[in-house]
Amino acid sequence: MSKSSAVPSGVTGATLAKDLRLEWRSKDALNSMLFFSLLVVVVFSFSFDPNAEESRQIAGGLVWVAFLFAAVVALNQTWARELRNHVLDAYRVSPAPANSLFVAKALGNFIFVAVLEILMTPLFIMFYKLRALGPAWQLIPVAALGTWAMVVNGTFFAAISLRTRSREIMLPLLLFPVSIPALLAMVNATTAILTGELSAKFWIVLLSTYDVVFTIACLLLFDLVLNAE
Amino acid sequence: MAGEAIDFNPSFGYLPLRKHVDASPIITLTTVVKQFGRFAALRGVSAEFMPGRLYAILGDNGAGKTTLLRVLAGLAQPTRGSVAILGTTELRSVCHELGYMAHPSLLYDEMSGMENLRYFGRLYGISDPTAANMTAVGLDHTLTRPVAQYSQGMRQRLSLARALLNDPKLLLLDEPFSNVDLRSAREMVTLLAQMRSAGKTIFVVTHQASLLEGTADEFVWMEAGQITNRTRELQPVEVR
Repeated sequence: MSKSSAVPSGVTGATLAKDLRLEWRSKDALNSMLFFSLLVVVVFSFSFDPNAEESRQIAGGLVWVAFLFAAVVALNQTWARELRNHVLDAYRVSPAPANSLFVAKALGNFIFVAVLEILMTPLFIMFYKLRALGPAWQLIPVAALGTWAMVVNGTFFAAISLRTRSREIMLPLLLFPVSIPALLAMVNATTAILTGELSAKFWIVLLSTYDVVFTIACLLLFDLVLNAE
Repeated sequence: MAGEAIDFNPSFGYLPLRKHVDASPIITLTTVVKQFGRFAALRGVSAEFMPGRLYAILGDNGAGKTTLLRVLAGLAQPTRGSVAILGTTELRSVCHELGYMAHPSLLYDEMSGMENLRYFGRLYGISDPTAANMTAVGLDHTLTRPVAQYSQGMRQRLSLARALLNDPKLLLLDEPFSNVDLRSAREMVTLLAQMRSAGKTIFVVTHQASLLEGTADEFVWMEAGQITNRTRELQPVEVR
């Protein structure tokens, strides 16, 4: 068994693989997110009876708000695992870098929310009779950038609220105000693509900038968050 | 201790042979104060601890034993004072020389023993922990059931195996014998004695001091956040 004082490599991959394995076995986060999103789709479809044009106008907001609320469930679950048996302390005493943990958690949450979006999008299309009048392919970068915006901040703020007494409430309180610019960009880009009236490029650029700024900020600050007492 | 050669113990073969040539303290605490709000868990602790020894940390609940261990592990920052381990106060730079076993298991309940060891091994750059890591603590490495289905004694053993993964020079153990049957606890003590003989410095926080009688090199008594006494023998009058 060799021992080195160097920073170990492959920690991000190992942590991501461990998180995916744990989620595959428990399905805690995915089941909660799916159930919640399904409820939103069904309840809203009963509450409103929009025509095709109205659906295109409101779908962007509806879809992203549903995914944002569902993502909060997953974000709480992934950190809660690290609290059971104080496993996070085992990470903190190791030479593994804090950012490896953050990146692994953010990537894991990205995968969970992406799976949710892939499963729920056909239902949204079916229930709201959606058809994009603009370039539909642009929905892919909007979804990817929007999902990363949600999970990168969500992972960071979930770690901050980890040690608070009411972390389930604290996370949305911290996350939602910071997510407003990203949410605005996601909703407007989606609506622009669905209605075909305006270009979504401005919103996609705004979303990209938001992602870059907040990813860097989270990476710079996560070590402080992880080792805060 | 200087220049003392220690025989390799074949029953604990995966530990490398260490020879002590350095008589300088492995840990130096200088007026360490740790406060949680207005409560001081450690009140100006100053002490030196030598390498290759087994220290039993004793005291009542709330004496500051666990806080002392967390400060040594780098999990809690001293409010005042300084901690030097292996000659440096930058504890992050020596964390690869440290093994920490807490009162909670620090294990993922949903994974098997070997899966846990493989993951925690990666955190230290160990790509593939061997079966010896499990068998050294008396566990069967072929066990595939999740840790949640382990008995408390098995969890404690696995937790010890996790703390030993990186072959640390300094081992910090918080209540390793709690909820463990007497036979298993004695086996753990034998294991700790072997590791001490292999040159490791071991701190054991325990309420079962009698288990370490004849094994520990020193009994460190704590009370109200201070070290009040250090004895070579477990004095019966002080056992409560």
